[in-house]
Amino acid sequence: MGLEVSKPWQQVLDKIRTWARVNSPWAIHFNSGSCNGCDIEILATLTPRYDVERFGIKLQGSPRHADVLICTGPVSLQAKDRLLRIYWQMPEPKFVIAVGSCGLSGGVFHGCYNIVHGIDEVLPVDVFVPGCPPRPEGIIYGVAVLLEALKSGKRPERTMTVEVPAELGVPKVEVSQ
Amino acid sequence: MTFEQHGENRFIVPIGPQHPALKEPGHFEFVVDGEIVTGASVRLGYVHRGIEKGAEDRTWTQNLYLMERICGICSHIHATAFVQGVEKLAGVEAPPRARAIREIFAELERIHSHMLWLGVAAHEGGFDALFMYSWRDREVVMDMLEMLSGNRVHYSANLIGGVKYDVTPDMMDKIRDGLNYLEERLVHYLDVVNNDETFIGRTRGIGTMTREQAQLLGAVGPTARASNFAYDVRVDAPYAAYTEFPVEMVVAEEGDLHARFVVRILETMESIRVLRRIFDNMPESELVTRVPRRIPAGETISRVEAPRGELFYFISSGGGEKPERVKVRTPSLCNWGTVITLAVGHKLADMPMILAGIDPCFSCNDRLVMVKRNHHDPQLWTWADLRNYGIEYYR
Ligand code: SF4
Repeated sequence: MGLEVSKPWQQVLDKIRTWARVNSPWAIHFNSGSCNGCDIEILATLTPRYDVERFGIKLQGSPRHADVLICTGPVSLQAKDRLLRIYWQMPEPKFVIAVGSCGLSGGVFHGCYNIVHGIDEVLPVDVFVPGCPPRPEGIIYGVAVLLEALKSGKRPERTMTVEVPAELGVPKVEVSQ
Repeated sequence: MTFEQHGENRFIVPIGPQHPALKEPGHFEFVVDGEIVTGASVRLGYVHRGIEKGAEDRTWTQNLYLMERICGICSHIHATAFVQGVEKLAGVEAPPRARAIREIFAELERIHSHMLWLGVAAHEGGFDALFMYSWRDREVVMDMLEMLSGNRVHYSANLIGGVKYDVTPDMMDKIRDGLNYLEERLVHYLDVVNNDETFIGRTRGIGTMTREQAQLLGAVGPTARASNFAYDVRVDAPYAAYTEFPVEMVVAEEGDLHARFVVRILETMESIRVLRRIFDNMPESELVTRVPRRIPAGETISRVEAPRGELFYFISSGGGEKPERVKVRTPSLCNWGTVITLAVGHKLADMPMILAGIDPCFSCNDRLVMVKRNHHDPQLWTWADLRNYGIEYYR
């Protein structure tokens, strides 16, 4: 972006960025065809009993402000483009948490005709939270695992081809994380 | 239902499918003239998974779990509707205690659903304190459901011919304590809804629907009952144990948003009352009855009252392992028409509240098919197209 920074400075900046990200990740939630069960549990994590905001995790509406995409559901064919688009609008680096059995493999909907069978078919997923639905504690643990991995820099490297929705006018892109 | 431009200058505000105010994907377009909405359209289908077709590949027992997962909020009632239909086909009836336990689960679910709605609706109105309070109190019901079944959302209490879990006396005592607390809180919420100045400003006289409109638009459940349209399957066609432990129907006259709040809160209180009555006179019997191994061929319907209104199942059996056809008619879909009609003439700022007023639940009402051929031409299929496609496909 035209901003040349020398190597040591770059390292310091990276550290500050990771520190900020780990202490206050902003999440966006998208329902890609789920039954709602996981979504109400995600919402329940915001409410007084679980209250994830005390860990600095904030759920908010715009993909452009988000670090983490919390996604539920088996990805219905109609929601797929939206999901990709939201993923595409998020700034780098971005992380994806797949919540619920049906987001992992299609779960109970396996074999239905209008689904993709899992979020990891379309996006690179960092953390899988199993359960139908997982308990709010499980979802919070999923986020904690992600943060822990970020802190220690142990996030696994992966490459995956992500399809870009046609209206964005970009060809297929390799995402390596 | 999308708008065509007729060369006029109209300002359309699109909302969704991913939107901070919506927890589920749905797409709305409001045509506005200044602040006032002059037309509204809704586009659903983002959550269409193909469950009805999927049901045809699963055995009767597997389907129980699939049907539960049509909706995560009213999961028990979907399974109840399905199981009652299958029992009717098999010519058996669940024992009295099993039926009472079904009613217990259904009413607990209603309490949880209405409290969830109260929070979400208050949130849409910018009243986040009420959202947090009602969700905090909702955890009490979630704890009860977890104690009974071991799961917070999908309880899987039903079996064909009965229920899985018993309700023991000490569970009942615990639930009674919880209910006492909840009743106290509900009285408080009713007070807030009725007397809070800002809240009344956002709800009274907004989205008013007359009884005739409700009837015409096919509204069901609390949305219709708030418009003085007295119809409740639990009262009009009792199922499960609703003959032994009847509920009183709650209706209101005004038909505005405020009435919908009042009706739902009063209904929750009524659920608490009926639960207490069941616990005091719990019938004794076994939990499951014998069911023939094969479900005989035939067709049947089954109706229940979900928290959002009447839920209707049509089940057809060919005498085999699997159902031949399962058709589900969910209450949220019936209520959409009212939103589209009521939106007109209101301020754009009232839309979230009017939307939330019917307690929309997208996961159960996505029944459109949008077929994307190559990426550029999204095409909405008509019924005739779909039919032709089906004929061609199987030719
Ligand atoms: S994992 Fe289960 S509870 Fe979660 S969305 Fe899927 S079906 Fe619903």
